[in-house]
Amino acid sequence: MPRINPEEVREIAALARLRLDETEVERMTHELDGILGYIETVKNLATDDVLPMTHAVPFDCPMRPDEPGQSLTVDEALQNAPRRREGSFEVPRIVPGTGGA
Amino acid sequence: MAPDVRGASLTALAAGVVAKTWKSRDLVEAYLERIARLDKQLGCFLLVDGDGARKKADAIDKKIAVGESVGPLAGVPIGLKDIFVTRGIETTAGSKILKGFIPPYESTASGRLAAAGAISLGKINMDEFAMGSSNENSAFHPVHNPWDLERVPGGSSGGSAAAVAASLCAGTLGTDTGGSIRQPASLCGVVGIKPTYGRVSRYGVIAFASSLDHPGPFGRTVEDAAALLEVIAGHDPMDSTSIPQPAGRYRAASKAGLAGLRVGVPKEYFQAGMDPEVEAAVRAALDELARAGATLVPVSLPHTQYAIATYYLICTAEASSNLARYDGVRYGHRTADAGSLEELYSKTRGEGFGNEPKRRIILGTYVLRAGYYEAYYGKALRVRRLIANDFTAAFSQCDVLATPTSPTPAFKLGERSADPLQMYLADIYTVAPPLAGVPALSQCCGFTKSGLPIGLQTIGPPLGEEAVFRVAGAYEARTDWHKRLPEDKS
Repeated sequence: MPRINPEEVREIAALARLRLDETEVERMTHELDGILGYIETVKNLATDDVLPMTHAVPFDCPMRPDEPGQSLTVDEALQNAPRRREGSFEVPRIVPGTGGA
Repeated sequence: MAPDVRGASLTALAAGVVAKTWKSRDLVEAYLERIARLDKQLGCFLLVDGDGARKKADAIDKKIAVGESVGPLAGVPIGLKDIFVTRGIETTAGSKILKGFIPPYESTASGRLAAAGAISLGKINMDEFAMGSSNENSAFHPVHNPWDLERVPGGSSGGSAAAVAASLCAGTLGTDTGGSIRQPASLCGVVGIKPTYGRVSRYGVIAFASSLDHPGPFGRTVEDAAALLEVIAGHDPMDSTSIPQPAGRYRAASKAGLAGLRVGVPKEYFQAGMDPEVEAAVRAALDELARAGATLVPVSLPHTQYAIATYYLICTAEASSNLARYDGVRYGHRTADAGSLEELYSKTRGEGFGNEPKRRIILGTYVLRAGYYEAYYGKALRVRRLIANDFTAAFSQCDVLATPTSPTPAFKLGERSADPLQMYLADIYTVAPPLAGVPALSQCCGFTKSGLPIGLQTIGPPLGEEAVFRVAGAYEARTDWHKRLPEDKS
């Protein structure tokens, strides 16, 4: 039985905000099935007594004095924005209203 | 007098600049001429900043002429993998989604190289977002291996390795998440080191998998790589995972010899699936280390067989989170028409990402999903600890480990690109060190009968870079492999 089907791939793509066309969904379903089959080799390993390891090197949370430093200017922060308006990043309307698009 | 830069070492070139034997400007012109003549066939550079490099070289030459002090890499031309953000210079991470992105800030590693006097010739090709083992995943064009243009240079830092092999610059920076420095170093016959996790700052390095991303250098010689690492390593307050201890004395270590060191040989790294010519060359290298005064110790890393699965579970989970930021709002590609915010995100991302990032975003989202998280991602974090514990146990019996870097020499373009799983399995000898965070270096230890380089990997304990450099430097001093050069193919 396949480990993943096209419907699931479409669902995950929606969660990931990633538009895939039907050819991509089909190809990815097939490829992910193979990869998940391989990845399942870890499932048989006993790990109940093992602590998860999130980082290779243990870190204390580093602290620094809370003093204002240099940061990007608004212009610098906006210089790469595909669309900007009045010192802000512009996106399609989120909340219905009366202003311009 | 301009030297012949073909095959020249970075440290020798820097010494010549300071001694006024040649000018930095001469070096820049010599490399730019080689790039103009050879890079059409190789595809290493995504952007060449000739004018910027000339200006910086002239400034260094002027300082030297008036007796001002210059840094340890004064005047040597280098290249930066296009994953290091460079202030005012386009940075794409090999992806269409970042085409046209002009960073307003500079990565710590590239900034430290510039402060040491190194001169960037430009930005170097790579697999998109550092995802790949062949450089065929670049959204712009593939890189060809200087030893055989029909073959891949490895990946994801394939351009960085090929540029050093073909003498298009004196040294380069790359990044290694599952082998992306060491495997291309192996396939191109140059030196590449992935240091300890946190040893080199990730500030300004475009993120792929944050708990696994390691910036590091490529050099023609072990000392060149050591000189570059000495400059870029060290604490950086801008990276909260940066290690506080000062950088080591890597150049000195590369000349210190290896007498008395115990070299562990993990049996799991010499099993079926390895090309016989690779095995013969690596075993001969181990004999050479023994003749140089090392004691060879058989060791075991029993969870090696789980490393690739663990690696792909963790790196895709982290990638799916890191790549969420590319949404067409703040930088990079934005779809032409979107009626809603939701549509802006999904169309922008669908148009901007190539196949491999898409595959990894989907796989990463899948393994992090409610209901699957514990079975996949949670499991991988536990197995990661078992893999790291293997290294801790091995290093109680030896000072470094020696293994092959890649199970095969360079393969042909297109040979594996249709089968992602086959491509992932080629990372078998390189994925465990980044999971454990330990340093590992690849250097050339021979050639196949058809003339393709073979790599030897030396792995050290956390912050054990100096032991790694001692072994690699001693091996290089006793062999001539690093002196072989690929023919110029114009």
